[in-house]
Amino acid sequence: MKVLVPVKRVLDFNVKVRVKSDQSGVDLANVKMSMNPFDEISVEEAVRMQEAGTATETIAVSIGPEKCAETIRTSLAMGIDRGIHVKTDAEVEPLAVAKILKAIVEEEKPELVLLGKQAIDDDSNQTGQMLAALLGWPQATFANSITKDGDSLTVGREVDGGIQTIKVSLPAVVTVDLRLNEPRYASLPNIMKAKRKPIDAKTPDDYGVDISPRLTTLKVAEPAGRTAGVKVADAAELVSKLKEEGVI
Amino acid sequence: MPTYKAPTREQKFLLHEVLELSRFSELESFKEADPEMIDAILEESAKFSEEVLTPLNRVGDEHGCVRNDDGSVTTPPGFHEAFTQMRQNGWMGLSADPKYGGQGLPGVLGIACGEMTSSANMAFTMYPGLTGGASKAISIGGSDVQKDLYLPKMYTGEWTGTMNLTESHCGTDLGLLKTKAVLQDNGTYKITGEKIFISAGDHDMSDNIIHLVLARIEGGPEGVKGISLFIVPKFTVDADGNVGAANGVTCGSLEEKMGIHGNSTCVMNFDDAVGELIGVEHKGLRVMFVMMNEARMGVGMQGLCQSEVSYQNAVIYANDRLQGRSLTGVKNENGPADPIIVHPDVRRMLMDARAFNEGGRAFLYWLALQEDLEKYSPDEKVRERADDFLGLMTPVIKGYLTDKGFENCVNAQQVYGGHGYIEEWGMSQFVRDARIAQIYEGANGIQALDLVGRKLARNGGRALMGISAEIAAFVKENEGDENLKPFMDGLSDAKNKLQTGTMWLMQNGMSNPDNAGAGSVDYMHMMGLAMLSYMWARMAKVAQTQIDAGTDDPFYADKIITGKYFIARMLPQIDAHLAKLHSGAEPVMALAADRF
Repeated sequence: MKVLVPVKRVLDFNVKVRVKSDQSGVDLANVKMSMNPFDEISVEEAVRMQEAGTATETIAVSIGPEKCAETIRTSLAMGIDRGIHVKTDAEVEPLAVAKILKAIVEEEKPELVLLGKQAIDDDSNQTGQMLAALLGWPQATFANSITKDGDSLTVGREVDGGIQTIKVSLPAVVTVDLRLNEPRYASLPNIMKAKRKPIDAKTPDDYGVDISPRLTTLKVAEPAGRTAGVKVADAAELVSKLKEEGVI
Repeated sequence: MPTYKAPTREQKFLLHEVLELSRFSELESFKEADPEMIDAILEESAKFSEEVLTPLNRVGDEHGCVRNDDGSVTTPPGFHEAFTQMRQNGWMGLSADPKYGGQGLPGVLGIACGEMTSSANMAFTMYPGLTGGASKAISIGGSDVQKDLYLPKMYTGEWTGTMNLTESHCGTDLGLLKTKAVLQDNGTYKITGEKIFISAGDHDMSDNIIHLVLARIEGGPEGVKGISLFIVPKFTVDADGNVGAANGVTCGSLEEKMGIHGNSTCVMNFDDAVGELIGVEHKGLRVMFVMMNEARMGVGMQGLCQSEVSYQNAVIYANDRLQGRSLTGVKNENGPADPIIVHPDVRRMLMDARAFNEGGRAFLYWLALQEDLEKYSPDEKVRERADDFLGLMTPVIKGYLTDKGFENCVNAQQVYGGHGYIEEWGMSQFVRDARIAQIYEGANGIQALDLVGRKLARNGGRALMGISAEIAAFVKENEGDENLKPFMDGLSDAKNKLQTGTMWLMQNGMSNPDNAGAGSVDYMHMMGLAMLSYMWARMAKVAQTQIDAGTDDPFYADKIITGKYFIARMLPQIDAHLAKLHSGAEPVMALAADRF
């Protein structure tokens, strides 16, 4: 089974995010960037599938500026076989990403696309679903466990109230959740080997995809700071306050 | 709970922009290490240090090591797993010889990674650190058979190593040692004696422990001229590298220490243990001293590491802790008080540490690079020069970085006020751990004596003349640059004062060696200050170039501000040291010993 693993370069989860003064977005200048943590989990799962003999080849894809090659390189150091870097400096929305991935899927013909359920920068949680729809493939989102039997996958999904187990036939799109696995640390020899693994450089044009945004960002603002609370004397006052505020 | 964030931005700045490692891409070990590779290695090592080793630092301090009833030693919870992860991921062989399974990367990169693991967890890092020292000794002095047998397994960490020098009655003065070696018919030796203070002496993390032991061959000359070096494995090893029976080496007890509780510091008993001679009979110290240069650099690094991690935590606390108001008016209008970072005296302590950390790191990496040049450069002149600098500066790195490193840990603790004295906050551990670095691997007073008594005059003072000329050329090259003027003035001044101090030592140290002895630590600190001035001038130049080119990265402006702090507030210490040096032996020696 060939596995495609899209990886996104995002603000490192440790970085304190600052909104640009003109409220056009967040400030990405001179801040540390890393692989989206959910994508690290899909990379780990793909590598484990390969180690278990379930996956025959693993390919990482990243869409974005020059530096995304580093993110691909990180996945190669973890054990992914090769990379495809679709270069663009423009902002790519989930739909554009899904369209590019669809084109890559048609070229590479993987049986499984394994990706993070969402990226920690925009929290869209859309790409996997859109890709499945565009391809007409079954999808299993928020995967907590994945097992392959024959031509299908059994996927445990994290849902409110527990785990839902579903079966999807291959080919399929699976988005992974936090508890699927714990990503490994790349070994030093593998970091060095990653340098020699191939990364194909492409552009959105190569796939004939129009990536122009469909959404307009009006304003990005910091969340309002918490305002001071009030003390209530007893439960009765609390209930009446809550009613006043229209909460209950 | 203290935290640690690896200073990868600082490290990249030094390796790529200040030391410009790409200049050396022709050298064997640098071929693989292009900037992208270096960054990837730093980031992964950072992740491992922050996520795996940092949380174990307090655990190691609290649990310590345990010697069980059967004599075995158990390391703190989590150490074994972390060590397995570290060695399986190939980190121990980073700069080791590829012929024996190492990765052959530059030593300076190894120092950068070592800095992160040691800041995260000093006691833990000593296990791989001692293994590095022991394997280094085998690689310097061992036979091909010994190298083939031991190095591959030490570079993977399957086997770890130790250095056994000290005995209860002899530390600095190894000539007094009593451990004896008796030649057997098959060419091996039987080693008997007791060694103390043996770091990583026994533990549960590897299949075998390769002890390097100094002992006197029976009938050999007295004093330092009769000391030989032996390989004594915990379990015997056959010619194919299979581990066999126990070898008469046991941990008699664990030392109870002030800090580095996570490291098993053992009393080691050797009872007719089988040992193999390394190199030539009675010439063990030669190998040991080469190895010790590297170990001393590692200990100097520990001073920097504890300073860095304690500084980071003090900064967090100084921003969080609301107490009192700024002298120049309220800064935190919505809070009940201002964060204590508004206070100049808190700033002083933080800036002292920051300016030291950044300058000290540059000095350390610069020296580590000299080791690579000495090893790999095809140019004999370059090798000679690098070797000169290594010889001269190693005691300075060890003594200066650990003295100042400890001081900064104490200041970081001070920033915490009373909480700094409470174990839960972790600042006490940094102070306790940092303290040993001033003592072991040759106490700092011994480093200073080594500097003024041995290293300074070697080859007619060629090393000092070499670095002075390099500094003079650098100052000249940057003459007339107004922005760099404070740095170049400070550097020139430091260089001149160091020369004045050197001249004084030449003139007065011979006639009365106590003159040199009394001023040796001051002189060592003067050299440390002069080298940090040089490093700050070089960093300022890179930063200023970026600023002039219109960079939007505030990193470079911060660099200039911090460097100016160093020149204004730390470098003046050199005058006090020079004054003390000039006062000679008299004030120190005047009081009769029986009047104390």
